[in-house]
Amino acid sequence: MTQMTEFRSPHGGPPADSQITGKAVRAGDRIFRSLTAGSSILLLVVIAGIAVFLFSRTVPALREDSVNFFTERTWFPDSSPSVFGIAALAWGTLLSSVLALLLALPIGVGIALFIAHYAPRRLATGLGYLVDLLAAVPSVVFGLWGRDFLVPQMVGISRFLGENFGWIPFFATPDSQTYTQTMLNAGVVLAVMILPIISAVCREVFLQVPQGHIEAAMALGATRWETMRMAVLPFGRSGMISAAMLGLGRALGETVAVALILATSYDISLHILEPGGNTFAANIALQYGFAQSTGIDALIASGMVLFVITLLVNMAARWVIARRAAFSGAN
Amino acid sequence: MALLQINSARTSAGGATLVSRTLPRSAVPLLAVLSCGLVALLFAVAPFGGIGGYVVLSGFVFVLLQTASSFAVEGRRHALDRFASTMVYACFLIALVPLVSVVWKVLSQGSGMLDGNFLTHSMRNVGVSETGGGIYHGMIGTLLQGLITSLISIPIALLVAVYLVEYGAGRLARTVTFFVDVMTGIPSIVAGLFIYTVWILILGFGRAGFPAALALTILMVPTVVRSTEEMLKLVPNELREASYALGVPKWRTILRIVIPTALPGIITGIMLGIARVIGETAPLLLLIGGTDSINFNPFSGPQSALPILIYDQAGRPNPEAIDRAWGAALALILIVMILNLAARLVARLTRVR
Repeated sequence: MTQMTEFRSPHGGPPADSQITGKAVRAGDRIFRSLTAGSSILLLVVIAGIAVFLFSRTVPALREDSVNFFTERTWFPDSSPSVFGIAALAWGTLLSSVLALLLALPIGVGIALFIAHYAPRRLATGLGYLVDLLAAVPSVVFGLWGRDFLVPQMVGISRFLGENFGWIPFFATPDSQTYTQTMLNAGVVLAVMILPIISAVCREVFLQVPQGHIEAAMALGATRWETMRMAVLPFGRSGMISAAMLGLGRALGETVAVALILATSYDISLHILEPGGNTFAANIALQYGFAQSTGIDALIASGMVLFVITLLVNMAARWVIARRAAFSGAN
Repeated sequence: MALLQINSARTSAGGATLVSRTLPRSAVPLLAVLSCGLVALLFAVAPFGGIGGYVVLSGFVFVLLQTASSFAVEGRRHALDRFASTMVYACFLIALVPLVSVVWKVLSQGSGMLDGNFLTHSMRNVGVSETGGGIYHGMIGTLLQGLITSLISIPIALLVAVYLVEYGAGRLARTVTFFVDVMTGIPSIVAGLFIYTVWILILGFGRAGFPAALALTILMVPTVVRSTEEMLKLVPNELREASYALGVPKWRTILRIVIPTALPGIITGIMLGIARVIGETAPLLLLIGGTDSINFNPFSGPQSALPILIYDQAGRPNPEAIDRAWGAALALILIVMILNLAARLVARLTRVR
């Protein structure tokens, strides 16, 4: 690639203008080029616009707030004085997303290994497409399915965990317990929803493992699992990290599925088997209908925080991928 | 003769075997049957129940038996290998469980609802606890908003992708590539809040289908840019060079040679993009208004859409509403799946060889 850069753009695209036509760029070319560049700039403007406009409503919201925005748990922005904060929302968002990631990451990596290296070659593409179909199910359908089908199925497991492992703080429950509308259930549904992106990203990286690495491991007498552990997984480590972060980003921002499943409350609790908890996105969806002017601004302020968090997570994920592409050292 | 040689190889080197012992091929199915039987026996004796518990426990016993017998016969490394293989296969099967169960649940709950009446009537003047009513207004809304979203997103996304592949090389292209990737991860509710701030709080317009389509555009553009970019990169440089050699300007080369060559893949990406945004609920919740009546005008007055309809009906306590939610869910999934399958079909039929 590098020795070609004189003739081709780094994308492997066509030769640049000047090398073909000299300085005589035609009017049509100039117009078309500006159009495409303008659209690209528009995209950056929109990203910046999201930050600017959300921030423009965040400032008045914080000015109205009579308590600390970051440490307050409760959400009464329209009372006077206005009291609201994101502590409970941030905690619930983090808890449900991390739970989803813990469940989805091992399974997602397993699926990727299966499709990339275990499944028969002829079936692999079709099976991969089957997993991708999960991504096509709308989130509101997952919410409905989660609430009316999955949660009743989960009661048995939840009760088992609560009764036998109640001494672990996470699984502590009071005596009378329905085990529905809990953080665990929200986490499981989120896990199902982020499974396709995690397995898709991992699969791409696992498929790029140089055949030489695999054959070398096998020639040394490694079993299939040893080949995976010595050749495939180390090569795909950065891919797995970024897949985890992309999945986390999805889980952080998921709205309606969580809103349908959780019994929202503004508590900060480790107990994932008790009903309650809340997330940024679910809170916006559920409070929006009742919100008056300060209430709307408060919701936008919480949305701004969510935007910044997901932006950072996604940027970190992309940065990890980009770094790997540059220094992969493969081949 | 060959057999003899192998046998002598097995026992050469002072009687030590050179080929390690392996489990016979029939061992794995035998162990599977055995563990199923053992667990069935356990279920018959002990007060256990439930098909899910049976499957999970049988799988667990199978893994245990297989690993143990492999450890005894083949040694630690092969036992670990068999254990890992079983786990990898299990991961895939676990992923199929939610997919199959979503499809089965939506089909079984929704198929009873989907009839002519349901598809051609709105919810206007239908009480919450009454049966009847339909999703016509929601389908109208979803199709119109999907159409507007596509009309805005597709040209922008194509132009950006063309810039990135055909023109971009400098810092702007790198920045745009990075932020397109980042934009695919923006939560849909944030896109909704942004349009809400601009359209309703600052510009002072009311809620309608159009602002909802604008929010969906923010979600659709990055996905279409990514897929289109991949397709344009696949167009061989020889085609471009041949066109330049004939004196065709670059912009005409792109419009007449590059894009038509990549068109099937581009269309696939567009259809997948539409399928993705059509099921979005969160931004619509803020922007669309929501109504029980039919509204053909996306620019004025509240509109409905299938995802909002599902969310609204699912949030109500009576079984009639829940039934309608499942019926609408089936309609929405059918639209999304048809778009998905059509996209794959377009990709397959028109593949450039």
